[in-house]
Amino acid sequence: MYAIIEVGYLVATLSFLGGLKFMSSPKNAKTGNLIAALGMVLAVVLTFIAAITATVPYTNLIIMLLAIAVGTVIGKRLSDKVEMTGMPQLVSLFNATGGGCAMLLGLVEANQMDPFATILGNKILLIAGLITGAVALTGSIIAERKLAGKVKDRRSKTVIFSARILLGLMVLLPWFYFLGIIPIGFTAFMYVLATLAMVYGVLFVLPIGGADMPVVISLLNSITGIATAFAGFVYGNKAMIAGGIFVGAAGILLTILMCKAMNRSLMKVLAGTFKKSKTAAVEEEQDIKETSVSETALSLSFAQKVAIVPGYGLAVAQAQHICGQLQQLLEKRHVEVDYIIHPVAGRMPGHMNVLLAEANVEYSHLKEMDEGNENMERYDAVLVIGANDVVNPAAENNPGSPVYGMPIIRVYKSKQVIVMKRSRGKGYAGVQNDLFGLDNCSILFGDAKVSLQEIVNQLKLV
Amino acid sequence: MYFINQHIQEIYFVIFCVFIGIEVIANVPAILHTPLMSGANAISGVILVGAIIVMLRVPADDYLNLTLGGIAVFLGTLNISGGFFVTGRMLKMFSPKK
Repeated sequence: MYAIIEVGYLVATLSFLGGLKFMSSPKNAKTGNLIAALGMVLAVVLTFIAAITATVPYTNLIIMLLAIAVGTVIGKRLSDKVEMTGMPQLVSLFNATGGGCAMLLGLVEANQMDPFATILGNKILLIAGLITGAVALTGSIIAERKLAGKVKDRRSKTVIFSARILLGLMVLLPWFYFLGIIPIGFTAFMYVLATLAMVYGVLFVLPIGGADMPVVISLLNSITGIATAFAGFVYGNKAMIAGGIFVGAAGILLTILMCKAMNRSLMKVLAGTFKKSKTAAVEEEQDIKETSVSETALSLSFAQKVAIVPGYGLAVAQAQHICGQLQQLLEKRHVEVDYIIHPVAGRMPGHMNVLLAEANVEYSHLKEMDEGNENMERYDAVLVIGANDVVNPAAENNPGSPVYGMPIIRVYKSKQVIVMKRSRGKGYAGVQNDLFGLDNCSILFGDAKVSLQEIVNQLKLV
Repeated sequence: MYFINQHIQEIYFVIFCVFIGIEVIANVPAILHTPLMSGANAISGVILVGAIIVMLRVPADDYLNLTLGGIAVFLGTLNISGGFFVTGRMLKMFSPKK
């Protein structure tokens, strides 16, 4: 019996790994998700079979099965209802539940165990799992609230300072406790730590700016993974350790990727600081050429290769579906349309791709930044919709600019650039965009959705 | 020291997992980063295993721990079910259209 269960956990672990492996191509990713999900069901069922004995009281069983049933149904409903634009909020929310589970697990385990019979190593693991879980729980909830626009950034010194003090306390208190300086029971101590960690989670996410959210979500995701791995250690369960570590690794990789894409160091993101312009902003008068809807429609339909650079403005305007229509119309005229997507184009890693996939854009048309940049000279027209800083050439040639060093989509190298812009205002970084003054760039002012709809209407007529 | 002796296998295991995980995940294209994240999120719900173990061990009259454990099981299940369902929904949109 024991062997069957161990083999079952092994299969579950392999299924997680296989599921992630299948994610390397959009074609197989669905299968991968299914494999990982089946592995998860296997792990849960096996645990149940292994732990159940005749002595388990009915109360426990009923509560547990009820919790599983309700959890499954609510999870399914939430995932069916969510809008693709709201995906970052939902992922944060699910991340919070994972963190919460880890934290509660630590508390119950501490309540249950005999503090004198448990070795120090296991106590440290319990504390580590508890703290990481609690931070992920409240941090993710605040992240979700911020993404939903319900909570504003609080960048005051007090918040940042208190967060650092709490972080220090969470490292030092366990030391003091195990040295015997703090004379309270282990259970009480765990409750104290859980409270501190939950407050820390809130203070840790509060000062982080809206544009840095992709970094934070990735980081919180990896923290939950690490919490799971700690718990796996406590139970000596390899499926838990492996699952947790894989998630931790995925989160850390995405965090680093997002930081690179924004040219920000993780420390600066966490401190909530934004790079200030070194030189006093020399606002050069830009010679901006305006263009009209009909001119845009004309240049698009006479082009052979068109690239669309979408930014989050596109999603805010809910214009991705019209964008898909535009593509289909152009393809009927044998115009090739690609999307070039900057890694931070959405509110979480890869978000823009999901939004476009929802608008029926084939993934073969979704190009990553590097691929788009390599072939930029070949595009006859580039349409920039709701993106600004990610196409600013100042990032490459103006060391005084706050965006300097950030990898950009080099649309200025294409034959013609049309930027759709709501107003003459600046991008998120508040920087003048040198692109607008270039000879091959013209600007179509107005709401992105309205303008796109007009272009589509014109193309339908001709 | 005793702890390390007891857990040396797991320590090896963690180190291998870190490297294999990074290797596998680095191959995921940027297009799929959102489903990767929500799928990974669902996998971290494997913590439910721990919650179930605890839940079946708590005495039936220990209401505090039963409540905490029940919530833990609920949250873990929510994480798993929501995570996999939403990932599946996203990936369906990425499948090639005829």
